[in-house]
Amino acid sequence: MRHRKILAALALSSFLLLTACSPGAQNSVTSDTADNKNTPIVIGSQDYYSSEIIAEIYAQSLESKGYSVDRQFRIGQREIYVPEIEAGSIDLFPEYSGPLLQYWVPDTTARLADDVYAQLAQSTPDGLRVLDQSGATDQNSYTVTRLFAEKWGLETLDDLAKVTDPLMLGGNSEGATRPDGPVGMKNLYGVDLDFTPIEDGGGPLTVKALKDGAINLAIIYSADPSIGRNDLVPLKDTEGLFLASHVVPLASDNLDANATEAINQISQTMSDKELVALNSRSLDEELPAETIARDWLSDKNLL
Amino acid sequence: MSMFLEAFTWLADSAAWMGATSIGHRLGQHLIITMIVVGIAAAIALPVGIAIGHTGRGRGFVIAAAGAARAVPTLGLLTILALAMGIGITAPIVALIVLAVPPLLAGTYAGIENVERTTIDAARAAGMNEFQIIVHVELPLAAHVILGGFRSATLQVIATATLAAYVSDSGLGRYIFAGLKSRDYPQMLAGALLVAALAILIDLGLSVLQRMVRRSVEPRMPRPRSRVAGPSLKGAS
Repeated sequence: MRHRKILAALALSSFLLLTACSPGAQNSVTSDTADNKNTPIVIGSQDYYSSEIIAEIYAQSLESKGYSVDRQFRIGQREIYVPEIEAGSIDLFPEYSGPLLQYWVPDTTARLADDVYAQLAQSTPDGLRVLDQSGATDQNSYTVTRLFAEKWGLETLDDLAKVTDPLMLGGNSEGATRPDGPVGMKNLYGVDLDFTPIEDGGGPLTVKALKDGAINLAIIYSADPSIGRNDLVPLKDTEGLFLASHVVPLASDNLDANATEAINQISQTMSDKELVALNSRSLDEELPAETIARDWLSDKNLL
Repeated sequence: MSMFLEAFTWLADSAAWMGATSIGHRLGQHLIITMIVVGIAAAIALPVGIAIGHTGRGRGFVIAAAGAARAVPTLGLLTILALAMGIGITAPIVALIVLAVPPLLAGTYAGIENVERTTIDAARAAGMNEFQIIVHVELPLAAHVILGGFRSATLQVIATATLAAYVSDSGLGRYIFAGLKSRDYPQMLAGALLVAALAILIDLGLSVLQRMVRRSVEPRMPRPRSRVAGPSLKGAS
């Protein structure tokens, strides 16, 4: 009789233990906000240094609010990590609006930031949501030297129509035929561009060619620190030649209201220039993401 | 296999043969780059190679330098040069010259060095000066070996001149880069096939030339009278 009672107790406790470990049970427990802080929030990042810095900022911000965080950084590319997010293994991920939208809606025609964000919010699968998009972008941009911009009074791509000299675009060879190359410039802005290939993806050779005046325009990522370092000016793409790519947090429903607010505040604070500065601290000063994130958060009083 | 078919379809498309980006135009650019590079490389390598082969001096140093030059990755060199010189065709040409000099140099000094000592001694005994020995004895006898170095240099330059497209709008490399980056693999493969075909054709031509040169020199060598005269001349010098 005594034996049976012990056995029953054992069976019951092991059953409780098992169910507590299964994901289904976790949800029922974590729906209670008080317990939410005990289940770690899993934060992922792309295998891209800039994405890791943003993810680390999310992580430290949530930790300072008392959440426990599980960092799963440098996971790889979208084809690999989005299925993981959809399966619920990751709760928070710094994403880029346009490319993420193209992942879910490959034939989307949205190009401008707000259209992309609106469609992205609709296309996000159940159980997931995009938080507020940041002003910070990491996308292709047509870039000129400051000298050239001032000479012709250039701010947007429309302004290129004012340039009477022949314009030479330098970039990877695929740019010659891509819709965002000379073809798109002609169709969208009515500007004629010549093209010369420089196969280093907007790297030092391209920058050198810009400064030499061998080319007038180059496609360089808007968050690339070389823009600041070389005093280059990215021209505003008012018509949506390039797919808008704003930093946008992708979150699961496990993220509670407080955490969501904290992340939204980060997105609001992070501007284009801030992101370039963050990237430059990684590339130029070779600091780890942890230090860069901590300095930035304390600088902005977000800790 | 289907990609090969697509590549041939791409090659057969008449659009690819017209305009400023036509295959003929790119082939011409590729050939001109190759000729400029091999020409300049020969202007450097031939005199140096002849001097080493003829005198036997400076051999160790030049072999070491040429060996080091062979080990330089052309793409890396091209990037550094282009950072210094800017984009355009100059940087690729200089990088390719560095690639072409070692085989030319090796062919030249090996060819000159391997000319029979007895033959040179005979020429000297017959009253030829050093310049005459080089021009009338050593160079004709070494010509087919020098041409071998020339062949090998040309082959390497044709294959590597695809890199010219890395920083300039020229050569058959444009098809390869453009195809690779835009995942237009038939175009990329067609570009590679064109480079291979060009390399094989030129190499065949040069090998015929090499054989003709060799035949023009060698039948004269084993003549009974010079064989008798040889040892006595050697003894005399």
